[in-house]
Amino acid sequence: MIKINTEYIAKKIGESIDKISCEVEPSCKKAIKDALEKEDNATTKFALQVMNDNIELAIKEHRPVCQDTGMVVVFLEIGNNVILTGELLQKAIDEEVKKAYVSLRKSVLDPVSRKNTGTNTPAVVHTTFVEGDDIKVEVMLKGFGSENMSKVYMLNPAQGLEEAKRLIVESVRIAGSNPCPPVILGVGLGGTLEKATLMSKHALFRKIGSTNPDPVLDALEKELIEQINDLGIGAQGFGGKTSCLGLFIESFPTHISSLPVAINVLCHCSRADSFVIDGKKEGEVCRI
Amino acid sequence: MQDIIRLNLPFDKEELKKLRVGDRVQLTGDMLVFRDAGHKRLYQSILDGKQAFEYKGETIYFMGPCPAREGEVLGSAGPTTSCRMDKYTPFMLDNGLLAQIGKGKRSQECIDAFVRNGCVYFAAIGGAGAIYSKCIEKAEVLYFEDLGTEAVRRIWVKDFPVVVAIDSQGNNIYNE
Repeated sequence: MIKINTEYIAKKIGESIDKISCEVEPSCKKAIKDALEKEDNATTKFALQVMNDNIELAIKEHRPVCQDTGMVVVFLEIGNNVILTGELLQKAIDEEVKKAYVSLRKSVLDPVSRKNTGTNTPAVVHTTFVEGDDIKVEVMLKGFGSENMSKVYMLNPAQGLEEAKRLIVESVRIAGSNPCPPVILGVGLGGTLEKATLMSKHALFRKIGSTNPDPVLDALEKELIEQINDLGIGAQGFGGKTSCLGLFIESFPTHISSLPVAINVLCHCSRADSFVIDGKKEGEVCRI
Repeated sequence: MQDIIRLNLPFDKEELKKLRVGDRVQLTGDMLVFRDAGHKRLYQSILDGKQAFEYKGETIYFMGPCPAREGEVLGSAGPTTSCRMDKYTPFMLDNGLLAQIGKGKRSQECIDAFVRNGCVYFAAIGGAGAIYSKCIEKAEVLYFEDLGTEAVRRIWVKDFPVVVAIDSQGNNIYNE
C-alpha cells in the first residue's frame, strides 16, 4: 500500500489555486485568440481584444484574471492502493483554500443568513476510487455568473435526445450575455439527477479541441457547437461568430423512465488544472 | 464604426444622450461601486424612510473587487451580472441615477426607465478583471464596510473601457 498525506495533497491544491486564479487554462486562452482573429463585428472584436489582453495581463503580472475567483471545486480520483493519512481530507483542503484566498475574493456565504464565511471555504470536494497507486487531482475555480445559467432537466424517454439537444442550445440562448460568452459547456447525459450534474461539472475539465473518446458523443458535441455558434450571441453577447468555445459530454446509463440532462455553463475564462500525485514517488510505501 | 469616444465622469446628461448603442467609450473620473447586497441594503433603507446615502447624478458600477495586492489600488475589478440589480434599477433611475455599468441584458422595465430618464447602460467587458484593476487610480470604501467585497465604494478611473449596451433611446445591444 501507499500512504499519502492529505496535507500534502491540500498543499498542491493551494498552489494550483494560486496559479489558475491568474492563468487561464491554455487551450481556452488559445480559443479566445482564435475567436478574436475570426471576428468581424467591430464592437465584438473590441470586446474580444480586451478579453485577450486581460488574459495575457493576468498571466504576466500574476493578477486574478477575473474578480470572481469563484468557489473551489476539486475532483480526486484516488488509487485503491492509497491510504490517506493526516487531517481529514476536507479539513486539510479547506485550510489551504483559506490561505490561498487571503489575496483572492471571498465569495462564499451561508445560503440562509447570507453571512460570508470569510475564507472562501468550504471547497466542494468529490472523490472517486480507481485502480492504482496514484491520486489524480482536478481543481477548478468556478465563477457564478456562469454557474447561475446552468440547468438540469429530467426528460422522459418520449422526449428523447432531440429534446435534450434543443434544451442544450436553448440554455445558451436564454443565458445570452450573462455568463460572459463565448461559453464552454459541460453536459451530463443520463444517470440520476445528481450523477448528471456531477458529470456536467467534470466534463468541463476537458481541453478545448480534444476529441470525445466515444465517437457518437463526439459527433453530438460538434453538432451542438455548430448550432450554438449559429445563435450569433458572440463574445459578451454583443453578436458575432463565436458563442461557444467548447462543449463536452459525459454520459452514464440511466433509468428506463428518464433522460436526465445537466448543462453546466462556464465563462470564457476556464480556470482549471489537473495533476497527478505519484504514489510511489510522493507517498510512502508501507505494508498493511 | 467610429473611433473610441472619451468621456468624463460625472456625466453631462446631454453627452449621455448623444451616445448610441455599440459605441465604444473610455471613461475617466469617479463612480460609485456596489452590487447585490449593497443595493438590497440601500433599497431597504429607503423603504424604511432613512436613505443610507444619495446617488443623484452618479454612475454605479456593479462590481465586487478582489483584495488589492502590492502596488495595486484595488484587486481585479470586472463587472458582475446586471440583471440581479434590475429590481432596484427603475426606481433609482427615476430618482436621479444617471448611468449604470455592468454586464448582460436588462429587463424591459429597466430599458423603459433608461429611456424615460434619458439615461445609459454601459457594458463593461465581463471577465476582464485584471484590465479594469489597472484603470483604477484611487478607491475608498464609503458605506456598508461590513459587506466586504460588496461594500459601497467610490473609485476614480482612467480610460476605463465600456460599450454602450442600452442608449437613451432604448436601443439594446443584446437585441441587435
